[in-house]
Amino acid sequence: MRIEQHPILGPLPEAREVTLRVDGRVVTAREGEPIAAALAAAGIRVHRYTAKRSEARGILCAIGQCTDCAMIVNGVANVRTCITPVADGMVVETQRGVGRRSEM
Amino acid sequence: MSVVDVLVVGAGPAGLAAGIEVAKRGGRVCVVDRNLEPGGQLIKQIHKFFGSREHHAGVRGVDIAVELLEEARALGVTLRLGWEVFAIRPGHAVDIVQAVADDTTGSAGNAPTESFDARSVVLAAGAEENALRFEGWTLAGVMGAGAAQTLINVWRVRPGKRVLMVGAGNVGLIVSYQLLQAGVTVAAIIEAAPRIGGYGVHAAKIRRAGVPILTSHTILRAEGVECVEGAVVAQVDGTWCPIEGTERRFEVDVICVAVGLHPNTRLASLAGCRLVFSPALGGWVPLHNAVLETTVPGIYVAGDAAGIEEASTALEEGRLAGIAAYERLRDVDAEGHAEIAAIQRRLDDLRGGPFCGGIRAAKSALQTAGETPCPAT
Amino acid sequence: MPGNLSQDGYLSLDELESAPGVPAHDRMRRGPVAVVECVQEIPCNPCEAACPHHAIQVGTPITNCPVLDAEKCTGCGLCVTQCPGLAIFVVDLSRSGETAAVTLPYEYLPLPEAGELVDVVDRSGEVVGRGRVLRAATTPASDRTAAVTVEVAREHGMHVRGIRRKEVDGNGHDR
Repeated sequence: MRIEQHPILGPLPEAREVTLRVDGRVVTAREGEPIAAALAAAGIRVHRYTAKRSEARGILCAIGQCTDCAMIVNGVANVRTCITPVADGMVVETQRGVGRRSEM
Repeated sequence: MSVVDVLVVGAGPAGLAAGIEVAKRGGRVCVVDRNLEPGGQLIKQIHKFFGSREHHAGVRGVDIAVELLEEARALGVTLRLGWEVFAIRPGHAVDIVQAVADDTTGSAGNAPTESFDARSVVLAAGAEENALRFEGWTLAGVMGAGAAQTLINVWRVRPGKRVLMVGAGNVGLIVSYQLLQAGVTVAAIIEAAPRIGGYGVHAAKIRRAGVPILTSHTILRAEGVECVEGAVVAQVDGTWCPIEGTERRFEVDVICVAVGLHPNTRLASLAGCRLVFSPALGGWVPLHNAVLETTVPGIYVAGDAAGIEEASTALEEGRLAGIAAYERLRDVDAEGHAEIAAIQRRLDDLRGGPFCGGIRAAKSALQTAGETPCPAT
Repeated sequence: MPGNLSQDGYLSLDELESAPGVPAHDRMRRGPVAVVECVQEIPCNPCEAACPHHAIQVGTPITNCPVLDAEKCTGCGLCVTQCPGLAIFVVDLSRSGETAAVTLPYEYLPLPEAGELVDVVDRSGEVVGRGRVLRAATTPASDRTAAVTVEVAREHGMHVRGIRRKEVDGNGHDR
């Protein structure tokens, strides 16, 4: 799902590979990109489930305003994955519900 | 607490232009943006801009962002990236919180905060995409057209394989074209109105690429379990109601919603600025006068935050707001101010033509309504 | 706003006939000439500065539709890649045989190669025939917009405005 060649943007620039663990699964990412980019590239579209009806949510605004992409990152809930860059060894989990309750 | 002459919220074209004008005049200015990469929406505009040469016509938006940033940095504009403004208190005290932590090893969310003492504030945080409610609208794969644009042009990732674009305004048409450039199929563009709202030349590009544009069509539902698997559309009659028997299904895994933007008014509202509802400007907008001052003295607004327009008008409004904020201009001071007059002329040029009639009227109405009732301070 | 454009998203031949940027047929038969398919009043004027022969006029206000002086136009094609709306083409109906040449702006991958046979499409995206690519290139000044010249059947000179894009996976590889 990565765009390797683009008529205007050119070839995908080189980037150091970093490794994430997403719900236990190894996902490779490009250093500097937001977590949500790595997930999208890996075909992972569901980021969380809502508190009341457990409905799936994924990227909606992609610029940090709507919070639909929020996940638990390194144990911290409600992290907006569309604006938070990846880091090597980062642990990303599908969030169920909101806030501290989802970390339990 | 840091002291600045002007605190600018948002590092898009309006915010950067404001920062540049303040710095040119020797003022201390800080521009705050929640994104680690500045440039606002410019960084995803890979198409060549319209307008005139002084408005960077013919230059791709991404390249304009680079130029603006270089100029801002060279002038010593301070950028606080990855931080968000969460409060503007009288005086003006501006509080910011780190939105993107350097350290994600789990400090249980106690993100650091800082405060600024600013003589003036420029609100230039842009806009949000409008949502459209239909059955299945919350499935993963339903996203804003601007969101899809971020994925393909900034993240260099495809949102899916086949897209249904909802909305044939300029955003819908341009993003559809850019999806094609990114190797994504656009099954169709649907538009509820009987006419295409965007520029004919944008529609022409997409039509000769074989993408159908279905006017007088609306989306009935998105289908799928957790993610989009299909979309069902129908024709609408003269009262916007779906016509039975005209349903049509598209097999798509992404539905992009391009039904307009509305100004981001949260901070303006928190700071006590009066908001007015202006459909032509996208919805609620802070009341502002000809020098872009809101009803709170010393708080100015620029760019899409002052009404949904374009990057070129955002740049010009940013310049105007930066000058006004630094010089603490009230509306009357603009008489005879050569630089302000020149900017206002350029804004008038950009707002010329039949596509902008509503905006011209709306901006002018704001300015008559808002003889800023300046309370004695 | 012209009816077909606002409804279907492309100009009908009737709408083009009266456009100030569209030259007369007999000028097209004398040699390559620009065809500026821009008929809405939007603030935009790079075409004016792009032409070294001053054949395209917008003036002020910049919402004016571009007017082509077909006698000044040499068909050099510099305007084709400068128009932000990708709305300018060069048409040459002067070629011998039953062919015409159409130069169009192109911003996709893969860029076709000279000699290649492609499907050619009209403004509605319908394939109207086959064409041979004569030239396809970007220049530094064109800033990543390629100018593609394709040889088509003579009667398609005022119809062909695109080439059928191959189904590609976005990395330039054919599906």
